[in-house]
Amino acid sequence: MIDSLLHALVWILLVGGAAFCVIGAVGMLRLPDFYTRTHAATLPDTLGAGMILLGLMLQSGLNLPLLGEGASLRIGDGNTLVTLKLLTLLLFLLATGPASTHALVKAAYARGIRWNQASPQDDSSDSKHADPD
Amino acid sequence: MYDLPPSPQSLSGKETGPLLIALVVTLSALWLLWSGIYDNTLILGLGACSIAFVVWMTRRMHRVAEAKAGYTLGPRLITYLPWLGWEIVKANFQVARIILDPKLPISPRLIRVPVPQQTDLGRVIYANSITLTPGTVSLDLRGDGLLVHALTHEAAEGVLSGEMERRVNRMERPS
Amino acid sequence: MYAAALLGVLVTMVIELILASRGPTVFDRILAVNTFGTMTILLIALCGYHFGRPDFMDLALIYALLNFIGSVAVAKFSRFGNLARDHRRHASGEDPNP
Repeated sequence: MIDSLLHALVWILLVGGAAFCVIGAVGMLRLPDFYTRTHAATLPDTLGAGMILLGLMLQSGLNLPLLGEGASLRIGDGNTLVTLKLLTLLLFLLATGPASTHALVKAAYARGIRWNQASPQDDSSDSKHADPD
Repeated sequence: MYDLPPSPQSLSGKETGPLLIALVVTLSALWLLWSGIYDNTLILGLGACSIAFVVWMTRRMHRVAEAKAGYTLGPRLITYLPWLGWEIVKANFQVARIILDPKLPISPRLIRVPVPQQTDLGRVIYANSITLTPGTVSLDLRGDGLLVHALTHEAAEGVLSGEMERRVNRMERPS
Repeated sequence: MYAAALLGVLVTMVIELILASRGPTVFDRILAVNTFGTMTILLIALCGYHFGRPDFMDLALIYALLNFIGSVAVAKFSRFGNLARDHRRHASGEDPNP
């Protein structure tokens, strides 16, 4: 019973994560300019990767020998080390994803990449950003 | 090759000692946990070399003070991260709905939000949280202002409402 | 189960390749390559399970490290045209690029 429930949950997480990856890529195809595309690119980076890695973590599961050899707490495949590595991978992706996105967007802004659609409503004081090129 | 300037929060040599020991302990624990090999002298020696290199680089970059902030902030992240995770999930579904809408109802705008955080680490956490949430990207952090590009009016309002700002502030200065 | 997720990841990678070749600016291309890298990490992790070799997780971790350093380096280079910027001269943090 608990196993089939876990299996269903892993299914949902894996397929949902893959769906978010595809939606993000489709968004990058459809959105009109660079800055809006970065919004679509965060979808695979956050929930896409998050759901897939969470699903794999549930699948690899835990194996904690709480009560000695015979009576350990065992979930899924019981591969604790792989689960820890997946958790590290997820935390690392969530920590570095925004950093690299920000570095890229800041570089684009400094180089004066502009909106190619109707200009968005600009509330900031330095809206008259000079085009360096 | 250039040395980075010392950060404003640089510590004196006396204060860095315990922090460097804590860094060595953390790195050793991570190495032993991930390698899973405890009887090969070569592998353990390489691990020791890597740890020594990281400690040397941290000192050379004058970034030991940030490591200190990391150790004090770490436990407080436990209450912040679940809230941030739920916000990210909600924002993901909103952006996915916008992308799949045939009319593509976007209204991009650029807003400037204040950054009241005191420490560099608090500012980075705030800017990273904004970027991590789909629908908002932090463009430029300069002085006490943060330039944010938002995909829709709702996303911009979400940042301007300032709940994330309050939570990062509270995490930075609990009391 | 893994095959379904693998299919989604591969479709995403194909779209990212199209985006990387379409451009139009260099930053669009870097953005596409960055997401492509994230998809590669997921692909390695999923392949490890699909082929019953969870040791692939180490490769995924290494790839995540390389991907981050690579995209930050390319973003920095496309902004400054130089990877070893003199921090003493620009210590105030202002933009040396006019």
